[in-house]
Amino acid sequence: MTENMTREQRIQAVIESLKDKPGALLPILHGIQDDLGYIPSEAVPAIASELNLSRAEVHGVISFYHYFRQTPPGKHTIYLCRAESCQSMNAEALEAHAKKRLGIDYHQTSDDKTFSLEPVYCLGQCACSPAIMVDEEVYGRVTPERFDEIVEAVKEEA
Amino acid sequence: MSTKVYVPCDSSAQALGANRVAEVIGAEAAKRGADIELIRNGSRGLFWLEPMVEVETPQGRVSYGPVRPADVPTLFDEGFLKGSQSPLFIGPTDEIGYLKNQERLTNARVGITDPVSLDDYIAHEGYRGLRRALEMQPIDIVQEVTDSGLRGRGGAAFPTGIKWKTVHDCKADQKYIVCNADEGDSGTFSDRMAMEGDPFVLIEGMTIAGLAVGATWGYIYLRVEYPVAHRHLNQAIEAAYAAGYLGDDILGSGKSFHLEVRLGAGAYVCGEETSLLESLEGKRGLVRFKPPLPAIEGLFGKPTVVNNVVSLASVPIILDKGGAYYRDFGMGRSRGTLPIQLAGNIKRPGLVEKAFGISLRELLYDYGGGSASGRPIRAVQVGGPLGAYLPESQFDTPLDYEAFSAISAALGHGGVVVFDDTVDMAKMARYAMEFCAIESCGKCTPCRIGSTRGVEVIDRIIEGKQRGRNEELLRDLCDTLLNGSLCALGGMIPFPVLSALEHFPEDFGATKTHAA
Ligand SMILES: Cc1cc2nc3c(=O)[nH]c(=O)nc-3n(C[C@H](O)[C@H](O)[C@H](O)COP(=O)(O)O)c2cc1C
Ligand code: SF4
Ligand code: FES
Repeated sequence: MTENMTREQRIQAVIESLKDKPGALLPILHGIQDDLGYIPSEAVPAIASELNLSRAEVHGVISFYHYFRQTPPGKHTIYLCRAESCQSMNAEALEAHAKKRLGIDYHQTSDDKTFSLEPVYCLGQCACSPAIMVDEEVYGRVTPERFDEIVEAVKEEA
Repeated sequence: MSTKVYVPCDSSAQALGANRVAEVIGAEAAKRGADIELIRNGSRGLFWLEPMVEVETPQGRVSYGPVRPADVPTLFDEGFLKGSQSPLFIGPTDEIGYLKNQERLTNARVGITDPVSLDDYIAHEGYRGLRRALEMQPIDIVQEVTDSGLRGRGGAAFPTGIKWKTVHDCKADQKYIVCNADEGDSGTFSDRMAMEGDPFVLIEGMTIAGLAVGATWGYIYLRVEYPVAHRHLNQAIEAAYAAGYLGDDILGSGKSFHLEVRLGAGAYVCGEETSLLESLEGKRGLVRFKPPLPAIEGLFGKPTVVNNVVSLASVPIILDKGGAYYRDFGMGRSRGTLPIQLAGNIKRPGLVEKAFGISLRELLYDYGGGSASGRPIRAVQVGGPLGAYLPESQFDTPLDYEAFSAISAALGHGGVVVFDDTVDMAKMARYAMEFCAIESCGKCTPCRIGSTRGVEVIDRIIEGKQRGRNEELLRDLCDTLLNGSLCALGGMIPFPVLSALEHFPEDFGATKTHAA
């Protein structure tokens, strides 16, 4: 259904469905990012007017949280854990490998728009460090070789 | 009759391939015409054995692990459906030493039941605490929790009963129960395991909390990094509503409690309770000044109980078996059990729920089996990114809130992260400062600016530039952070930094002489 709607309409639909919740802003931002992959700038005035907030307030909230993004991500987002438990199991080497393999740094998207790379500080998978998450799938004990396999497999999924 | 086969759906088990193993077992059984019932349970928390497959036999459940998809046909050939021996055979699950020697109260069902099956929950003593609570006066529920000696498991270790009493005594048209499910500390995963592996216990605990203090609404503030927990919680909440355990008339009692899951958005500081409330209200997660306490003016300005997942998940058993039963575990002023999480460079990482008082050494070697790399264990960080780094000489410290604070350390959420002798402690100290800079909410200057300066100072120490002067500067800065921060993010970051400097000075170039 959402396919036939314009981006503005999709944003509006998310706002409509959630605006009556107490503390609706975070659910709305999640809703928009789930639908569009990011929170486009035109969402800000739309949210502000519906929730009776200033644009600056809405923008301030979006920029406060690491998870919200204001630019379109690649087809898949790879979250790489940089926290202590993963570091104790060579996350740093994995980090270097991942950046090289994808040809991007953190907060960037590969030229072919397939992958975005984001750092995270613990995925709760510390019993199988180092860990990564690709979209919503987690992978544990990730060696550089395993990283390449995962990336290839995810690519093939289409 | 069909044979029950259990393959965990815990996200760490999934991270190690459990979904594929489950698929292959299903397909192989179909091919061979074997009559099995495949159940996705939570994890027993023996992560070096995950994916760990269990089979129900007339003698009880037996386990195999770690099982890779390619092992499955062989397991069938060897007759694992009858519990037969095989190279992957571990034995009767309940007899595995790591598990057998635990005291599982809060996690009693995790790994045993199908997490989203209400029937399974009830068949395993679920909702007995709520049934008892429904027959009690609210103040008596609060008293039972006070008697248990339960202290908050989220880090600050504040007595839960006292917090509840404050909210109970407030007069207000609306009160809230907020579950802190932000679990941002590295090395911790017990909140995640409880929510993924036994979501009903949290729902039951929150419902009891609601009855105790007169709150009719609850929110679970869940970190966005936990999609499996999100699904399981929502499924369990839906089932609880459908069966009358949530809603306007809980089990015909006339009492009401409503529950909703809200997602965070990747900010560590939102685990701090007042920042969490700001976030729930739809704002930036800036830490609030206290007072007023959230218990008096919390969510939307109303009296609010904010408790950690494990704290709330411990409530059902306290109500079911009585406060005294729970209090009889533990030592000193640390009562009951603590779900300890063994992580990092350790051979047998996992969840160990024990009464307070076990020593770090027992955990590291008897449970953990030493480092994963086989090299000596050099440093252990307990209590997340704000916790101290402990050297070998402190491994005999018992896990007890007071014993830890006596050595300037914190138990926090019970996460234990192990490092072998390849660790560079100056680098870890630098990382701690960097983490503080990345995650600072920005409200106070020492934390916002000081952490960035701290990284620079540590860099200069690492480079050996004016080491003496820079060390002095670092200690000074830590002092300012300790005394001038509004919350424990800035206030505790000196713990990892100074403990690293204190116990591992050689990594900071201390033996070399530098002109000051
Ligand atoms: C920076 C910071 C992060 C915190 N993160 C968490 C967290 O992830 N989970 C948690 O339960 N408590 C966390 N806390 C502690 C909470 O502020 C609060 O003490 C706790 O939610 C109270 O619940 P409890 O009494 O059941 O532990 C954090 C505190 C600080 C200062
Ligand atoms: S110490 Fe840091 S995180 Fe805590 S209130 Fe101050 S600026 Fe915010
Ligand atoms: S530290 Fe990486 S998953 Fe926890």
